[in-house]
Amino acid sequence: MIRDITFGQYYQTDSVIHKLDPRVKLMGTLVFIISLFLGKSVWLYLGVTIFLAAVIRASKVPLKFIVKGLKAVLVLIIFSAAFNLFLTAGEPLVHIWKLTITKEGVYQAVFMVVRLIYLIMGTSIMTLTTTPNHLTDGLEKGLGFLRVIRVPVHEIAMMMSIALRFIPILVEETDKIMKAQMARGADFESGSLLKRAKAMVPVLVPLFISAFRRANDLAMAMEARCYHGSEGRTKMKPLKYSRTDKAAYAILFAYLGAMIALCAALGGRIV
Amino acid sequence: MAIIVDKISYTYEIGTGFEHKALQQVSCVIGDGEFIGLIGHTGSGKSTFIQHLNGLVHATSGQIYYNGEDIYDKDYDMKQLRSKVGLVFQYPEHQLFETDIFKDVCFGPKNLGLSKKEVELRAFEALRLVGLEENLYYQSPFDLSGGQKRRVAIAGVLAMKPEVLILDEPTAGLDPKGRDDILSCVKRLHDETGITVILVSHSMEDVANYVSRIMVMNDGVLVFDDAPKEIFAHYRELEKIGLAAPQVTYIMRDLKKAGLDVDTSAITIAEAKDSILAALRAAKE
Repeated sequence: MIRDITFGQYYQTDSVIHKLDPRVKLMGTLVFIISLFLGKSVWLYLGVTIFLAAVIRASKVPLKFIVKGLKAVLVLIIFSAAFNLFLTAGEPLVHIWKLTITKEGVYQAVFMVVRLIYLIMGTSIMTLTTTPNHLTDGLEKGLGFLRVIRVPVHEIAMMMSIALRFIPILVEETDKIMKAQMARGADFESGSLLKRAKAMVPVLVPLFISAFRRANDLAMAMEARCYHGSEGRTKMKPLKYSRTDKAAYAILFAYLGAMIALCAALGGRIV
Repeated sequence: MAIIVDKISYTYEIGTGFEHKALQQVSCVIGDGEFIGLIGHTGSGKSTFIQHLNGLVHATSGQIYYNGEDIYDKDYDMKQLRSKVGLVFQYPEHQLFETDIFKDVCFGPKNLGLSKKEVELRAFEALRLVGLEENLYYQSPFDLSGGQKRRVAIAGVLAMKPEVLILDEPTAGLDPKGRDDILSCVKRLHDETGITVILVSHSMEDVANYVSRIMVMNDGVLVFDDAPKEIFAHYRELEKIGLAAPQVTYIMRDLKKAGLDVDTSAITIAEAKDSILAALRAAKE
């Protein structure tokens, strides 16, 4: 039922990208987003496309799987395309009823859609190739310098990893409770919006109760193993950069440098 | 009037690379008033199978007929089916949500669109059937013990007056007293109302003591479907798929080997006792 959400899921396979240090992947995502917003030029986007295609290829995650994650934001994409298409001032191209499509509007809409799609594809590559645990490990270590200004980095990372870990559990639980209530004649699919919202009560109440019960159990289990926060805590597998990671950093910064140079050379031109 | 299951198969997550065949070509006939035990190892497909019987899961292939009607027909009333085939999930106490027990039991019959009077009448009857004390009816379901909560949850399904009652591991996580309470309550229900009962379990003792027919599942395939005595005679095959016969079966076999002439097909402690006493008496004479 609700199990086919791919955005934010981990895809198990063996590839170079999977083996990279999570800090490299976090930095890579940041670099990718920066390059995506550097400017509006067809050449620039060609560069981004090539980079993204190469990374997807190297990650061995089927393209179909990544594209499926876009379904969740399809409405957002359509809306932003429509708004940009009709509401951008400039040289008019076509008149439809009271709406005008301008040349600038077309450019704007196309860039917006491409940006959004690439943004989601780029970030989902990270979550698809990194286990939640690895990801939060990377965040904790990568943002460790913030501890100097008293940001509780470890606690935040721990909360994140617990939250991520619980998503599939709660999805499964929801599925089970919905089925159990359907077996008692509950109907979630017909009726007005209000009626449907009301029909969710028999699902949400048990779901909340079970979430609290699980949280309680987890807290107890952590305490039983003497968990007391970050102070003096060591890792079984501490993060360490390998040669591939260093090479990946080199590629990343070469890519970013090339994109900035390209952007400067093109000036403000679109084509 | 029965459930006919005709070669149903079910595959999880088709086309995602995580495909998993949960059921393969399962066929059986479930007659009226039967008391059936469904046993199998964790992940053998028992839970998936029973969810087919009330239409919660739609088979990838195959047909199911309830009282002669194909439940996969487009105009078949699924809601009606779910009221006729009552399914009690594993840990059913986790589905309780109302502020008091009585209201929670009313949820099922209310969904059937019955009058308020009929709903309350059925709720009272169901609570009486599961043997819950009347002074608890208006308490919060969250104040009860595990076994009591479970009985309330079972009452919630019974209040829909199903013709078939399916219980998925009703004794999981209960203490011996809670377990005996639930099982004897189910047994009493079966005897009093003539309802068809399917009991999913992996405890051979539970099953052997109550049911008249056993279905064994392994890896999504129905491997045995017979009377308990016949099933437990295959205890070697059962062991191969991670199950076992009731403990008394093993004792009886050992006794026989040791020279005492006992009936090795005994599967309950009471039967074993009679057989051993008889054998001892015969040996004395």
